[in-house]
Amino acid sequence: MSQIFHRSTNTFSRITIFGAVFILALLTWAFGELSRSTYATQAGVDREQPVPFSHAHHVGGIGLDCRYCHTSVENSSFAGIPPTKTCMNCHSQIWLSSPTLEPVRESFRTGKSIKWTRVHDLPDFAYFNHSIHLKKGVGCGTCHGRVDKMPLVYQERSLQMEWCLDCHRNPEKYVRPRADVFRPDYEPPEDQMALGRRLVSEYSIENRTSCSTCHR
Amino acid sequence: MSAATPPLQPPIVDPAQTFGSVTDKISSIVLSKKSPLVWLVGFGIAFSLTMLLLYSIGYLLVKGIGIWGVNVPVGWGFDIVNFVWWIGIGHAGTLISAILLLLRQTWRNSINRFAEAMTLFAVACAGLYPVLHLGRPWLMYWLFPYPNTMGLWPQFRSPLVWDVFAVSTYASVSLLFWFVGLIPDLATLRDRSQHRFARFAYGILAMGWRGSARHWQVYDTCSLLLAGLATPLVVSVHTVVSFDFAVGLIPGWHATIFPPYFVAGAIYSGFAMVMTLAIPLRKIYGLEGLITMRHLQNMAKVMLATGLIVAYGYMVEAFMAWYSGNPYERFMIWNRMTGPYAMGYWALIFCNVIAPQTLWSSKIRNSVPVLFVLSIIVNIGMWLERFIIVVTSLHRDFLPSSWGMYRPTVWDWSTFAGTIGLFAALLFLFIRFLPMISIFEIRQILPQAEVTEPQK
Repeated sequence: MSQIFHRSTNTFSRITIFGAVFILALLTWAFGELSRSTYATQAGVDREQPVPFSHAHHVGGIGLDCRYCHTSVENSSFAGIPPTKTCMNCHSQIWLSSPTLEPVRESFRTGKSIKWTRVHDLPDFAYFNHSIHLKKGVGCGTCHGRVDKMPLVYQERSLQMEWCLDCHRNPEKYVRPRADVFRPDYEPPEDQMALGRRLVSEYSIENRTSCSTCHR
Repeated sequence: MSAATPPLQPPIVDPAQTFGSVTDKISSIVLSKKSPLVWLVGFGIAFSLTMLLLYSIGYLLVKGIGIWGVNVPVGWGFDIVNFVWWIGIGHAGTLISAILLLLRQTWRNSINRFAEAMTLFAVACAGLYPVLHLGRPWLMYWLFPYPNTMGLWPQFRSPLVWDVFAVSTYASVSLLFWFVGLIPDLATLRDRSQHRFARFAYGILAMGWRGSARHWQVYDTCSLLLAGLATPLVVSVHTVVSFDFAVGLIPGWHATIFPPYFVAGAIYSGFAMVMTLAIPLRKIYGLEGLITMRHLQNMAKVMLATGLIVAYGYMVEAFMAWYSGNPYERFMIWNRMTGPYAMGYWALIFCNVIAPQTLWSSKIRNSVPVLFVLSIIVNIGMWLERFIIVVTSLHRDFLPSSWGMYRPTVWDWSTFAGTIGLFAALLFLFIRFLPMISIFEIRQILPQAEVTEPQK
C-alpha cells in the first residue's frame, strides 16, 4: 500500500497544534483592537456640516462662551443646538455677502432649521444628562476635547461604555473646580488626584455604576 | 448471585467472536458502499426535522421570542425544559466512558462509543436553547468574560454564568474524550478503507496512529487522565444546572435536594436514551453478539437505581413542603398535585416512579421489547419532570393577580421536534461514518486477548 501522506505532514501537523493557540490569541487581539479603533468608534473623524462652522474660530479666536449657543447645558440633559437667530445676532451685521453663510440666511428667511450633522450620538438606550455632569465638576473638554482648536467638530473620545465607566468608577481622575468647567483651555494640575479626591467629597460625587444610572 | 447461571449473567461479548470477526463486523458498517434502507429513511426524516429546526430558528431571529409561549409569569418554558432534558441525556455518556472506565467495568466497552457520541449530540441540542432564549442570540458572546469595550465582566455570582462554563467545559472534555478514544479505530478504518478520499480523511483524523507499544502506552495514560478529568463533570454539570433553579427564591425551585436529585435524574434519563438507541441499533445492524443481554440488563439496573433516587427526590420535595410549614411551599406542591398541571405531575410519577419498578423482575430485564418501551417511558417521564419543575413553579406567582398559564406555541413544538431531528441526524451520520462500537476495546475483552504467562 502506498503512503497516503508525505513526510512533511508530520511537521505540518505539529505546527498546527501550536498554530491554533497563536491564531486564537491573534484573533482575540485583533478583535479587541478593531472594536476600539477609530474605524469602529469614528473618534477623530470630522463630519461634513451644511455650513462649515468653526469652533476654533468662534471659541478659540473670538472667545465665545459655550453657553452663548448651547444655552440649556446647565439646566437640561440636552446641551441645546442654537436656533438660526443666534447666528444672526452677529451675521446680520458681518459677512453679509459670504456665499458660505447662504444656508444660514436662507434658514432665517424661511424659518427652516439648518440640518446639522450630529457628532456625539449616544445610543438611545443610554441616558445622559449634561447638567448633572457640569454640576459635579466635569468640564466640557473632559469629554469633548479641545473644541476651541477644532475647525470642524469631531468626536474626541470613543464614547464606549468602558470610557464612561472609567470616570464613573474613578471620578477623582477627572473632576475640576466648578468655576473652571467652561474653560476650554483648562489643564489638570499636577496633583489632580489630591484635588480630585477633595472635590469628590466637596461635591458629594458618588460612583454611579449601577446599570440603571444610564440604562433607565 | 455469585454463582451466576447463564440466563442471569449472559456474557459481555458473544464467545463466538474473534479479533477478526469483531473488526470485520464493526468496520464493514462504515466501509460498505451501501447504506441500509432503514438508514436512508431514518436519515431522511431526521434531516427534514433539522430543516424544520433551522426554519424555526430563522423565524425566531426575525420575530423574537414572542413567537414562543413564554410570558409573565412563566418566563421559562420549553427553552429551559428542553435544555435541561437534553443536557441530562448527555450524562450517560460521561458516566459510561469516565466512571465505568476508572471502575474497570469492561462491559462498558460495547456501548461507550455511541453513548459518548450521543452525549455530544445531546449537548449540542441542549446548548442551542439557552442561546436562543437570550432574546438577542447574536450577542451570546457576552456570556463569556472577555476584555470588552463595555468595561464589564459577566455577573460571576449568577449560576447562569456558571452554567456557561459548566456546559462548555462538559462539551469540550466530552469531545476530547470521544475523539481520543476514536483514534485507534480511525487508524483501523484508514488501513482497511479502499477509497482514496476515505483513506485520506480517516488518515488525517487518525493523527498518524501506528499502534506501536509507545503509542498504546501514551494512549492509556491519556485516556485515564481524561477519565479523571471527566469524572467530576458527571456530577458538576447537572449540579450547576440545578443551581439555575435552586439559587432562585421560587417555591418549587429553592430546595437543597436539587443537585443530587438532578444528577440522578440526568443519569437516569441518559441511560434510558442509551437503551432507546442501543436496542434498535443492535437489531438493525445485527450487533446482538456485541451489545448483549448483559448490557441491557446492566443498564436496566442502573436505571432502576437512579430511578429510585429520583423517586426519593420527589418524596423529599413533598415532605419538605409539609415539614417546612411554609404556606407557599405547601401551596406549590398541592398545586402540582391537584392544580391545572396535575395530569402532567401524575404522568411523571407514573413514568419515572411506578413503571420502572417492573425492572425488579429479571423476566422484564430479559425482555428486549419491554425494556425498549420502558426506556421510552422514562425519557418521556424525565421530560415531564423538567416541565413540571419549570412551569408549575412559575405559573402560580406569589400574587394571585399575576397568575397565568403556559401554553407552548407551534414554534415551541417545532423547535423541540427540530432538536430531536438534529440529534437523530447527527447520530445517523455518526453511525454511517464512524465505528459505533469501539473496535479495539472490544478486542481487549475477548477471550483471545487473555495472555497467560508461561510458568518459569
